[in-house]
Amino acid sequence: MKTDQSGPLNKDTVKKNTNEPVIEINNLRKSFGSQEVLKNVTLKLHPGENLTVLGKSGSGKSVLIKCIVGLLHSDSGNINVLGLDVNSLNRNELGDLRQKIGFLFQSGALYDSMTVKQNLEFPLRRIKRDLTTLEIKEKIEEVLENVGLADALDKMPSQLSGGMRKRISLARTIIVDPMVMLYDEPTTGLDPATSDEISLLINKVQKKYKTSSLIITHDINCARKTADRIIMLNEGEIYLEGKLSDFENSEDELIKSFFM
Amino acid sequence: MKKIIPKIKVLPILQDAEKITIKLSEKTIETSEKANNFLTDFADVILFIVRIIKESFSGKFEFKEFLHQCYVVGYKTLPLISITGAIMGLVLTIQARPTLADFGAVSLLPGMVSVSLIREMGPVITALICAGKIGSGMGAELGSMRVSEQIDAMEVSSTNPMKFLVVTRVLAATCMIPLLILYADGLGILGSWAGANIKGDVTFGLFFSQAFSPVDWIDFLPAVVKSVFFGAIIGIVGCYKGYNAGRGTESVGIAANSAVVTASLLVIILDMIAVQITDMLA
Repeated sequence: MKTDQSGPLNKDTVKKNTNEPVIEINNLRKSFGSQEVLKNVTLKLHPGENLTVLGKSGSGKSVLIKCIVGLLHSDSGNINVLGLDVNSLNRNELGDLRQKIGFLFQSGALYDSMTVKQNLEFPLRRIKRDLTTLEIKEKIEEVLENVGLADALDKMPSQLSGGMRKRISLARTIIVDPMVMLYDEPTTGLDPATSDEISLLINKVQKKYKTSSLIITHDINCARKTADRIIMLNEGEIYLEGKLSDFENSEDELIKSFFM
Repeated sequence: MKKIIPKIKVLPILQDAEKITIKLSEKTIETSEKANNFLTDFADVILFIVRIIKESFSGKFEFKEFLHQCYVVGYKTLPLISITGAIMGLVLTIQARPTLADFGAVSLLPGMVSVSLIREMGPVITALICAGKIGSGMGAELGSMRVSEQIDAMEVSSTNPMKFLVVTRVLAATCMIPLLILYADGLGILGSWAGANIKGDVTFGLFFSQAFSPVDWIDFLPAVVKSVFFGAIIGIVGCYKGYNAGRGTESVGIAANSAVVTASLLVIILDMIAVQITDMLA
């Protein structure tokens, strides 16, 4: 399947074709040796939607998100992102698709040897090659302003706190104007106040950049603040899918253990 | 009605035989697993090298990063190599002088030291020092990048980490380590001149003309060729161990340690092969 640089789906067409899912996963299975991590997972992420995938540690959430972006290869099933089958793409085509996907890593994954400015420049210079130095500078200032860290430009990642690292990492992700955002445990390891700030930032990014977001988390407060729809994963399978109210009103013990 | 099953008495010799059989089968499985792991690792390394070669010639070359790595590998290793090189020449001269003096052959000292340094000691000792500093540095850096998901982050931001991180480092090591070896040779001869002047009085010009008079291309060329291979091996091993590090923080230490041990061992083995080939050609 060929990838067009302008994309079969760009932000405008996504907005018009509101029924076409941005991410569509069917019967996804993934094992590591004899351990089956994902068992027949099927889900859809609709344009402009914030879908939160909840689950305990080890329930297969991070594996799911890494399969979506092609960092892990699924054993069977289909993963369709922006109309393209991830498993059938070659390296170059996958690279083109990844330009339209933003991925916020659990650890932030900022490049330790680079300053904040260099971290932000890195994807921009590679993905948006036609930008001038002035445009790059403006873009960096804009995203730093959006994440509330305009003065962190020349700092090294080691000089940043956990929350600041997450914000800079988010800035590095949104700087290339992705159509889909994938958040891997965005609030893990942060204090409640910073977690709330990151959750609000996720909503702000979604509104400002008109992205569709898949948020992997086990933080119920993050899910409450960000989710339009929730899917709960348990032992590699979808346990329940619905709105926040469905989960909050559920009598199921496992769900209650999360929402209590 | 309850059925009584008679207890069967097993002879002690049969019990021993059973134990031996179990132990043997366990050992066989263990050995075959080790052999399998070794072959898998070997195949992985070959694939890794093939990928490095392929990535070196495809697409846009990361020249800026290559220059940065040349700076890291070359310039930042200079102080260590300078001290090692100078001491190498100095010690060799001080140790060899009494023996040569017994035979009345002190005038051969500069030539002997320079040939030893250029042919063998310079390349091997400098390569071992580089395996320690550069190999472990690459193993630890890439290993920590793997553990902290930086390599994955690079991949999802449409950058080929193999090209950006591995190819540039391997090429920088391949280019810079031979230069460091030549530099160490030069400083070694300088150290030797200093050593010769501790118990004697030799002018700089005389010492150098005596040092280089016995040196021929056949001494120089094989040393340069093997230095290039030493550089490539140190780069490949360091990057391979770091790039394929496990997920825990413990793997960073393992990657760095394993990079040094493997690269040092390979340098020694390669040197032995190079000496044999040079000897056959000479």
